Amino acid sequence: MGHRVVPGLYQIGTPIPTSPVIVTANYTLSFDAVRSVLAGISCYILVLDTKGINVWCAAGKGTFGTDELVRRIELTKLTSFIEHRSLILPQLGAPGISAHEVQRKSGFRVEYAPIRARDLPEYLSTHKTTPEMRRIQFSFMDRLFVTPIEVVHIALPLVVVALILYFLVGGLGVIAAISAVLAGTILFPTLLPFIPTQDFSTKGFILGGIVAFPIAVSFGSDHTLPLLENILAALTALLIMPAVTAYLALNFTGSTTFTSRTGVKKEIFQYVPFMAMMAGSGIALAILLGLLRFTGGI
Amino acid sequence: MFNSYTENTLRYYPERCINCRRCTQVCPHRVFAEGEHHAELIQPSKCMECGACALNCPVQAIEVQSGVGCAWAMIIAALRGKDMDSCSCGGEVGSCCQEQNEPSTCCDVK
Repeated sequence: MGHRVVPGLYQIGTPIPTSPVIVTANYTLSFDAVRSVLAGISCYILVLDTKGINVWCAAGKGTFGTDELVRRIELTKLTSFIEHRSLILPQLGAPGISAHEVQRKSGFRVEYAPIRARDLPEYLSTHKTTPEMRRIQFSFMDRLFVTPIEVVHIALPLVVVALILYFLVGGLGVIAAISAVLAGTILFPTLLPFIPTQDFSTKGFILGGIVAFPIAVSFGSDHTLPLLENILAALTALLIMPAVTAYLALNFTGSTTFTSRTGVKKEIFQYVPFMAMMAGSGIALAILLGLLRFTGGI
Repeated sequence: MFNSYTENTLRYYPERCINCRRCTQVCPHRVFAEGEHHAELIQPSKCMECGACALNCPVQAIEVQSGVGCAWAMIIAALRGKDMDSCSCGGEVGSCCQEQNEPSTCCDVK
């Protein structure tokens, strides 16, 4: 697999028995991030077998875990290379590691280094951290970085729906579908801290409503159609689009660095039925609208 | 109102704390702060239930039901008839959000 590093013990520079041992995952980007900041520092890197998954996710699954760490210490015969009994682990690996269990099982003392690899050189020289080094961020650039992945996840269903809407409704239907999806996958992550309320779903409803409004106005101002059909078309957009955006916004919880399972679960039970009801009502109105047009109106 | 994240499963028993400060080292949201005699729980609502503090507390002074706050994985788990709480991130076979062995969203970016 292209994104995996072979688990084991690696040396950077010319380490000696007192050199530090830094532990990381066998995900290429994790390994490279650590290796790149250690240029000029002689040390060992102990790579755990996390199945090619990064430290944070692997720790959540337990593959970056106590048992794998203890096993890798033995497999690499680490004690034959060094004379100290200390390991430096990434802070975000802590959800999978029990430091006192590692010490009990292997004799190695665990130190948790700062969250970001770029702070590692300073930590290696001082073994001290600032509160900022220990706090996870989810900056504008972080949020922007994940948007392509969100778009890719929804791309195929979007193309299918857009094609169907093109033949049923025309170009405006395609614009409505694309707008609702892009609002949920690009606008939402980008504007996340600035949208009112804390819940992702309500933020999504607000954003979806704003995006749906001009589309609804366009649908509702077609002078070639009867007033009732204009109203039904506008209502359809106002019901379906915010529901789609809100659902995509809720799904963004998995990409963030701060949502708890308890909170997400609460959101699912509270808002998903409402989203389904809105989308269902919108689809029902769309079908009614189609029937009216097919049968020649009222 | 419109905030589902005010409550979580984090429980702290300061009378058991030996002030080893592990919790303050591992928490990425500064839920705990160093205290004179024991760790101080200063921002409980910021807890994302990653479980790092509880797993690294040598005297079980902290309890939390750890898990992944990912709506996508939880909804897929529910649709497949699995337990929403047992769902995890990671993208391997058996995880809720992937059919095949490929990295999931969260695994690609963090």
